[in-house]
Amino acid sequence: MATSTTKSDSHEHGSDLSSDSISLFKRPTAKTGLLSWLTTVDHKRIGLLYGASALFFLLVGGFEALLIRAQLMVPNNDVLSADVYNQMFTMHGTTMIFLAVMPMSAAFFNFMVPLMIGARDVAFPRMNAFSFWVFLAGALIINASWVLPDANGLTVDAPNIGWFGYANLTSSTYSPGLGTDFWILGLQILGLASIMASLNFIVTIINMRAPGMTMMRLPVFVWMTLVTSFLLILAFPAIAIALAELMMDRMVGTNFFEVAKGGQPILWQHLFWVFGHPEVYILILPAMGIISEVLPTFSRKPLFGYPIIVFSGAVIGFLGFAVWSHHMFTTGLGKLATAAFAMTTMAIAVPTGVKIFNWIGTLWGGKLLMRTPMLYALGFIWMFMMGGFTGVMHSAAPADAQQQDSYFVVAHFHYVLIGGSLFALFAGIYYWLPKITGRIASERIGKLGFWTIFSGFNIAFFPMHFLGLNGMPRRIYTYADNLDWNRWNFVSSIGAFLLGIGAAILVIHVLYTVFKGEKAGDDPWHGRTLEWSISSPPPEYNFAAIPMVRARDVHWHDKHTDTPPPVNPASAGERDHGVHMPDQSWYPFFAAMGLCIGGFGVIYTSAFGWAAGTVALIGAGILLISAYLWALEGPAGYHLHPEEEEGK
Amino acid sequence: MSHAAAGAIDPHHEATTATGIPNKKLLMWLFLASDCMFFGSLIATHLIYRLNPIEGNASPTRIFDIELTSGSTFILLMSSLMMALAVEAIQKGNLKMMRVYLFTTVFFGLLFLGGQVYEFNHFVHEKGLTLSSSLFGSTFFVLTGTHGCHVAIGVLWLLSLTLYSYTGKLTRADAIDVEAAGLYWHFVDIVWIIIFTAVYLIEYI
Repeated sequence: MATSTTKSDSHEHGSDLSSDSISLFKRPTAKTGLLSWLTTVDHKRIGLLYGASALFFLLVGGFEALLIRAQLMVPNNDVLSADVYNQMFTMHGTTMIFLAVMPMSAAFFNFMVPLMIGARDVAFPRMNAFSFWVFLAGALIINASWVLPDANGLTVDAPNIGWFGYANLTSSTYSPGLGTDFWILGLQILGLASIMASLNFIVTIINMRAPGMTMMRLPVFVWMTLVTSFLLILAFPAIAIALAELMMDRMVGTNFFEVAKGGQPILWQHLFWVFGHPEVYILILPAMGIISEVLPTFSRKPLFGYPIIVFSGAVIGFLGFAVWSHHMFTTGLGKLATAAFAMTTMAIAVPTGVKIFNWIGTLWGGKLLMRTPMLYALGFIWMFMMGGFTGVMHSAAPADAQQQDSYFVVAHFHYVLIGGSLFALFAGIYYWLPKITGRIASERIGKLGFWTIFSGFNIAFFPMHFLGLNGMPRRIYTYADNLDWNRWNFVSSIGAFLLGIGAAILVIHVLYTVFKGEKAGDDPWHGRTLEWSISSPPPEYNFAAIPMVRARDVHWHDKHTDTPPPVNPASAGERDHGVHMPDQSWYPFFAAMGLCIGGFGVIYTSAFGWAAGTVALIGAGILLISAYLWALEGPAGYHLHPEEEEGK
Repeated sequence: MSHAAAGAIDPHHEATTATGIPNKKLLMWLFLASDCMFFGSLIATHLIYRLNPIEGNASPTRIFDIELTSGSTFILLMSSLMMALAVEAIQKGNLKMMRVYLFTTVFFGLLFLGGQVYEFNHFVHEKGLTLSSSLFGSTFFVLTGTHGCHVAIGVLWLLSLTLYSYTGKLTRADAIDVEAAGLYWHFVDIVWIIIFTAVYLIEYI
């Protein structure tokens, strides 16, 4: 293998690439076109890639949901067969959680966190790119199960084991198809992506803050990113091990969940929910962060009780690890364990309630501007509270025994996940779109989208409370027409279609705004945080000079004080030799590709034996070689001169 | 896009951080926190099933060769000492001694792995313990095998660093690279102490 030393003068950017780096390929320098996206290490571009993928998978998962609702609209329906129905709800849950909500949060982590803390990028830009490509590899693997063939040339059944894949339904006895293997490997790879991205964000937030940006001056969204990242690195290992044990059971004949050999399926539930419950907070804490940014901006008031909001978020994250067994009340944990987990679950409502009151305190006496982001934020508070109340109902173990596995639970978590997470993420989209694209979304279509989504969502999911209390269980593909479930199922389906129309309006509106929207200016909302102090869209280097932070709502402070912000002593040197930018790189993409190929190889070993094993080894080889070349090329970089850039 | 740039990028220059802790060091500590949960889940699996055996489960004390495992545990401990000395050497800029210590660490790591290969081989062929023969076989091989993979990755990493040092590009300023690898190595060692206690020694109480 020929390695060539990239000499500094061979570099398009001029004279300053380190001659230290060893590289198989010439270091990519394209600034536009496909190559620039495949090799980018810019946190803003990676954020956009996450955002675009998330919106795409939101539509995919939404389409799956509409098929489910079409099937359930009337009794004894046959839009979907029982088997396809199982695949549909499994893929709907998996897609929405891992491929829509989490990456949409990751999009904002990527795009906003460095801007909000006054940094030029994340701590490890190439690793950040790698996290995204690995995420895409995992998404590809899970969804490939819709189309790829198995050993007999027939299409593989998509995963049909429910998003929490309870043992021993997932054993090779009860799920002989490859769909479960696609699910296992896909989730495993997605978990790897999440852990790496989170390690990067924690280091970034702790280490890359601008001078004066103390921890207690961090915007709440950054704080919630930090807490979420800690949850991710500590919770994902549990499911990674559970998935590895399940994979070994299916592929090499271990006995982890084999009842005949003494394996206990309940172990899967524990390992899964040790991950699964923190996962719930992984989905909602970023949303709470976004709300804590939107509300003060559109109330023209500082956030009420900032330290309490921050500490509540941290307490929620901490308690999130102590409540997992409330998903398992009906498994017979014993009175003591059940009581303990009921208590911790009730306790977690306290810091959540504290946050709600602080948000209301922020609104109180404020000059409220009812723009689209604010509507979504207010919708969030109301809808999330409804989901929260039913959550508290579930924490009472005796009541939960009645609600377990009924549509009441379905109503609960959709209120938390749509009314909570998605409403907040939509608020974030409309709030930050002017910053991200430099273009502002029209209020009329934005509000039309909001009201369609808001009403569609409530019409779809509020009746599910009644259905659940009337005994309709989750995951049934159809029902008889004499159970008194017909009316509310019909209403719910109508609502779901309305919600679908609303989501379509939102996505089309966002895409239209990205390309054709009105120019926004740098600070259209009169924002408080550092991202509003730079141009829209932000330049590649983010800040011409790293800002000096004097106060919590630093941009408001700077706009409203007579004394100009102090000059960062480091910026003088930068004016001299330029801003240090990291070089683009091929290897994050190649390494993720190796992982993707390896994943497919492992999945097919049970069907094709050694041929697939060889593919797996080739994938591992690509991963290993890419890792070495990655290490050898080094971060390198070049110098950029902001004044010249702006002069162009 | 041309920039009249002055001053080369110094590849050894770690940008100053808000806390003063180098980014790579913080990253490694956080990864190890995450890795704790990986091993924690595996060890928990092993201990839970140990407490709930069924008829026909393997009897560990009849399988283990505790003298051999104690020996390889000692070797792994000594490799940690060598690792610490290697980090100290590069921090003082003593490349030559760093190589000596790193090679010794790698050698001890390989000895440990050799012991594990011998042990696995012995268990499978002499004692009839396999991944699927019993629940104990499943939890034992997967837990100690995962640890073995960690050691193997560590050996590969340290060997790569040592060989890289011959290019002359590993200097005192890169001590953090060796230190980060060292943190990983010590962690893998500490995990082994826990596994040795919770899997092996506990059976003799």
